[in-house]
Amino acid sequence: MSGARVKAAVRTPRIGAVTPALRERLEAIWETKPGLYGWFASVDHKSIGLRYIVTAFILLAIGGIEALVIRLQLAGPDLHLLTPEQYNQLFSTHGMTMIFLYASPILSGFSNYLWPLILGSRDMAFPRLNALSYWIYLSAALFMYAGFLVGAGPNDGWFNYVPYAERDFNPGMNQDFYALGMILLGISTTVGAANFVVTLLRNRAPGMSINRLPILAWGTMTASVANLVVVPAVSLAFFLLWLDRQYGTHFFDTGGGGQPLLWQHLFWMFGHPWVYAIVLPAMGMVSDGLPVFCRRPLVGYTPVALGTVATMVLGFGVWVHHMFATGLPGLGLAFFSGASILIAVPSALAVFAWLATIWFGRPVFTTAFLFFASMILLFVIGGVSGFMTASVPVDWQLTDTYFVVAHIHYVLIGINVFPVVGATYMWFPKFTGRMMDERLGRWNFWTMFVGFNLGFLPMHLSGLWGMPRRVYTYPAEMGLGAVNLVTTIGSFLFAIGVLLFIVNALKSLRSGAAAPANPWDAYGLEWLVSSPPPPYNFAVIPTIVSRYPLWEDRLGEAPERSNLDEGLILDEGKETLATTPLDAEPDRILEMPEDTLVPLFLAIATTILFVGLLLKLWPVVALGGLGAAACLVAWLWPSLHLSQREPARG
Amino acid sequence: MAELATARPAELAVGPTGAKGAGWNGLAALVATEAALFAYLLFAYYYLGASAPSGWLLEPHPSLKLAGPNTIVLLLSSVAMWWGERGVKLNRRGDALVGTGLAFVLGALFAAVQLLEWKAKTYGPGASSYASLYFVTTGFHMAHVLVGLVILALLFLWTAIGYFSPVRRIAVTNGTYYWHFVDAVWLFVFTTYYVTPYLGFAR
Amino acid sequence: MSHPLSYLDVAGAQAATVEPLLWATIAISVAVTAIIALLLAGGLWRRRAPAPAEGEALPTLERGVEGARWIWIGVGISLVPLFATLVWTVAVLAQVGPLPRNPRVTLDVTANQWWWDVRYDGPQPDQIFHTANEIHVPVGEPVLVRLHGGDVIHSFWVPRLSGKTDLIPGQTNQAWIEADRPGIYRGQCAEYCGAQHAHMAFEVVAEPRAAFDRWRARQLQTAPPPASEAQAAGFALFASRCGMCHSIRGTSARASAAPDLTHLMSRRTLAAGTLPNNPQSLTGWIENPQAIKPGALMPDQGLSAADLNSLRAYLETLR
Repeated sequence: MSGARVKAAVRTPRIGAVTPALRERLEAIWETKPGLYGWFASVDHKSIGLRYIVTAFILLAIGGIEALVIRLQLAGPDLHLLTPEQYNQLFSTHGMTMIFLYASPILSGFSNYLWPLILGSRDMAFPRLNALSYWIYLSAALFMYAGFLVGAGPNDGWFNYVPYAERDFNPGMNQDFYALGMILLGISTTVGAANFVVTLLRNRAPGMSINRLPILAWGTMTASVANLVVVPAVSLAFFLLWLDRQYGTHFFDTGGGGQPLLWQHLFWMFGHPWVYAIVLPAMGMVSDGLPVFCRRPLVGYTPVALGTVATMVLGFGVWVHHMFATGLPGLGLAFFSGASILIAVPSALAVFAWLATIWFGRPVFTTAFLFFASMILLFVIGGVSGFMTASVPVDWQLTDTYFVVAHIHYVLIGINVFPVVGATYMWFPKFTGRMMDERLGRWNFWTMFVGFNLGFLPMHLSGLWGMPRRVYTYPAEMGLGAVNLVTTIGSFLFAIGVLLFIVNALKSLRSGAAAPANPWDAYGLEWLVSSPPPPYNFAVIPTIVSRYPLWEDRLGEAPERSNLDEGLILDEGKETLATTPLDAEPDRILEMPEDTLVPLFLAIATTILFVGLLLKLWPVVALGGLGAAACLVAWLWPSLHLSQREPARG
Repeated sequence: MAELATARPAELAVGPTGAKGAGWNGLAALVATEAALFAYLLFAYYYLGASAPSGWLLEPHPSLKLAGPNTIVLLLSSVAMWWGERGVKLNRRGDALVGTGLAFVLGALFAAVQLLEWKAKTYGPGASSYASLYFVTTGFHMAHVLVGLVILALLFLWTAIGYFSPVRRIAVTNGTYYWHFVDAVWLFVFTTYYVTPYLGFAR
Repeated sequence: MSHPLSYLDVAGAQAATVEPLLWATIAISVAVTAIIALLLAGGLWRRRAPAPAEGEALPTLERGVEGARWIWIGVGISLVPLFATLVWTVAVLAQVGPLPRNPRVTLDVTANQWWWDVRYDGPQPDQIFHTANEIHVPVGEPVLVRLHGGDVIHSFWVPRLSGKTDLIPGQTNQAWIEADRPGIYRGQCAEYCGAQHAHMAFEVVAEPRAAFDRWRARQLQTAPPPASEAQAAGFALFASRCGMCHSIRGTSARASAAPDLTHLMSRRTLAAGTLPNNPQSLTGWIENPQAIKPGALMPDQGLSAADLNSLRAYLETLR
């Protein structure tokens, strides 16, 4: 609660320089109190970002172990390490974990931590909503894994086609855990997306106009706008499935006039934009990271930024390419085939921009750079295999074979995991104040790179040789044993690489070299502040005039310079600046909320509600619902002191 | 020697004023995502209807006896809330309370009539895909109406105890926009389920 | 054939039309990858900054050369194979999409968990018959295949002959296959359909017209009555144990929940391409299907050795 003195309704903010006294004042205002309360109640975007990152990496490791068990089962023909039921749950849970519980949350984590820093703000637009999105993500992960742990994990793949997902064919609770868990997770994704969208439109430093934003901001913004409008499709699909299963509705079952393809349309209208949402922010990391290590600005900033948006816009129009074999009419097939081929163009644009940045720069081979540079090759391999599947008649052979499995792993590991690992090497010093070990980093990189390619390049071959997807074994006569064995060996090598990454991170946390504010001599605003940053990020809000604030002296391009040392002070409470969306002109002073347990309670109440739905215990549903309602009312209760500033007159 | 650019803004408002504030942007994001949800529900109707054999429409000529007037009721409720918000903007608490209160009553009436209509149907959600879609779509809308009623009740309470002033009233604006959104969704749902059959869709 | 499911070496008209496009896209993909790899490696090799010594700062900035036009050059060049592929795709689609006009052979394939029911259509009822898991077609003639989903979504796929088409409950998809030369072509379900998706294969046997006609004529015949005592005992067992799911034309067993066994011995494989059709496998399958296809809808029978023998004796008459 704010003090008894009623704040001024408007004021001209003071401009000043950074002083130790100012820092002390801001520290006291912004710090999260140590101890359990502070940990659970924190709304600091940096804490929330780190939680997202750690949780997502744990889930990556779990999903990876699932994959290794799968690879052991497939290392040779007719093996019996797993029963079919176990295998089917493993591959489905692996997909769910990687695509929903790792790929998006990891990017949310990095974006959460970095956005206010790279945009020149003190926090995200909605700090409490931020905390809520994390707690619900954690609850959803636990909810879905609870099913797996009691032997009722998802068992119909990650895209969960009907009718196999309907009760007649899938009587256990597997599908109910998955469906309700996904709806719960969808809440987290949606509120997180809303937070990013509003933050980008409102919470920037003066002068950080739309054409000066880091590409990470463009990527996450694009993904978030997309998520806002496509996540409802999948949440709805899962809800309708749950209704079909539990309440005898007929959305998907043919017995009552439902259609199995309705599921596929709803799912893929979400699913295709989703896969762009889980790579565009990572591509942004590469676009922001390569310039640092190539010692020059990105070549083609504007095309890359617009190409990011174009990829997503086109991405809304290609979902049917997941359904080419379902018997659709020719005209529709031709249209979606064309769109799917053309979507390669903005991706190609990014690749050429990156190559040009390398060719016209002086690359320094840090570990981060190795990951960013190698992803270009992996991106292209994933891209061309995607291009092949875009051609309908070719896809009629390739789809549902290991060729597609090769494609998806090249695009997901190549365009998400490799950039994320590179981003970790680059930003770890900022997050933790310590450098990662570069020598171990080399070992990490080469094991991951060689292992990944050894594992997944041969998969193109197993696909062309006809190995179908989602088979728990294959006969010896199919000639697939040798290539699968190579894939298994490669996967284990890749896993060792990932292990080295984790070891490096943990070791560096304990004993890495101390990191200065800007160890890479990079250009972004996050490198202006200490490593790790103070809780308030910027002691004064800087004024920005270019895309490369910390390089302006050396680039010498503009008559003006960004003012990084003197700016708006904003210390009359927990305050930051709101700016206009396009030109980032100062617009108002925002008051940020204090740490609070309400988001945690709301997440708990919502989870209780979903547990009630899962078990069909209506008292539990009511308890969760009322709890959630109470939390929401408490959260949204207006501040009386706001109107006291400008009371009604007359 | 290059010059340092320093933003020196004149007076800035502290916190939300009028209809401007982070909360409004948040509401816009919420409206966008919920609108998308209803778009997908309506897509499901048009998709199933377009490929269904004749007889899919359980009511080839849906009765407008209840739904027609009910639509007017909901529209009037939006008008009432507009009046209520105007009352807050112009510092007329009486108008504000009357408008908000009337919006609540009309909204509650809409919900009650909708319940009656559900009861009057000769089929339940499990009868067919058409029935499932009808009940789930109007059901989702009803859920949004109920949330809206809670919001209206809270706005009434907060207005009554003096939380808002002409400049500091963003909660009222946000709540009003949400209520208008619920109304707009109903127009799409109504057109889809009650009007398109008369225009020949799925018949 | 070292890779029976491979579609890089085709034997059917549909697959043959697609094959050049497939190889072209492979070639484009490999070329693009090689070019980008060279560009990447070249840039890394030629432009690498010397590593800074311990404590030294990273090299200072490169200014100048904007380089953005290379993006447009690259994108421009990329458009060529993209458009070419698009045009070729539409052309191939126009060729392989349309169904045969007056096919001499029409099949109705219904996919169930985890076997294939194949119904050969005919102008009169006495020219229609069912078989399972093995399809015979005349060489050089297009065969219309109507695809029906029995329970969940499956996918009909004979790689060496054509691309795949799903069987979706509630709708009938249509596809066509045509074999260029005699041979046995393996097919496999290509849409995840549950526990035994991995063991839902089938075979397409392409033979000259005359041989196909002979096969068809034999398939139309009903099963002979049991001749010996063992066979009679076997048939009695069949009727009581198996007849509630399986059918044998010419007997009282007319269920359709499981494969039609009227000409079981004419097939090369059992259990949807999982086992070779020999006495040992047959007995083993009947005795313990769950050991071979765990989750299959055929329960373990718990028959004694003697019973198995007489059952097998009867089944071996179904040629």
